[in-house]
Amino acid sequence: MKVTVIVFPGTNCDRDTKWAFERTGAKAEFVWHNEHNLKNPDLVVLPGGFSYGDYLRSGAIARFSPIMQEVKEFAKKGGYVLGICNGFQILLESGLLPGGMTRNENLHFISKFHHLKVINNNNKFLQKLNPGEIINIPIAHAEGNYKADKDTLKELYDNSQVLLKYCDANGNELNPNGSVDSIAGICNKNKNVFGLMPHPERAMQNILGGEDGIKMIEGFLK
Amino acid sequence: MTVAVNVHLKKGVLDPQGKAVHHALETLGFKDISNVRVGKQILLEIDTENKEKAVEEAKKAAGELLANPVIENFEIEVK
Repeated sequence: MKVTVIVFPGTNCDRDTKWAFERTGAKAEFVWHNEHNLKNPDLVVLPGGFSYGDYLRSGAIARFSPIMQEVKEFAKKGGYVLGICNGFQILLESGLLPGGMTRNENLHFISKFHHLKVINNNNKFLQKLNPGEIINIPIAHAEGNYKADKDTLKELYDNSQVLLKYCDANGNELNPNGSVDSIAGICNKNKNVFGLMPHPERAMQNILGGEDGIKMIEGFLK
Repeated sequence: MTVAVNVHLKKGVLDPQGKAVHHALETLGFKDISNVRVGKQILLEIDTENKEKAVEEAKKAAGELLANPVIENFEIEVK
């Protein structure tokens, strides 16, 4: 299993992400945004951070990086792509995932552990989890207020593309940022491009607050 | 020629910044302001004297980068 972690100017979760995949047995390496070669990976990860200082809109400038043209081609051919936090925002701006991201409803940067409910697991990313299962993963963002119009939302539900929703410890809906239907993560129709605001790479060890991220990261190894 | 691209969140997309500013204005006593929307204005210096051409150029820039059509609308304004 070979993982390529893309690094943009302003990315800051690259090392944690590389470490998380290596910890579960994958080989991972960095690829700088100016490069044109993805180095033949099984999975491309766009990590969290503030690519290009979040100028204009989060992820708006990163989408024009040379490497993003390669990522688009890779995804088109069915290659697996995962976007975490800012990576998710970049995938939305690139059109690789449907919908858009706006400021959190309360305008605050929210950084804390948050419970999530698994909605669909018939995909590679969440295959090690069960529908309805509740996991606890950190979120850290100011723009996680996911928006999609009615038609897009219906399509997401019809095709089992809604992956995760924010909830409380008992699984009741609890919405930290105003995201439509409390959606925290989605995938594309072909189920090879995944995006989520929470940070599974930050939940790999109990000493750091929890290890619910392991099952997510490991989904790609199978 | 200076052309402004005004970008706002679409109607129906909640504008948290607008809401917060509205609340502050209410607190200050501006009772007649019933709604506030916060957007951004991007000024483009375009090297042409042809107004149509400038507007065309600005529209293209807005459609491709300056606005996200999923959540935002834009208007072009020649200064």
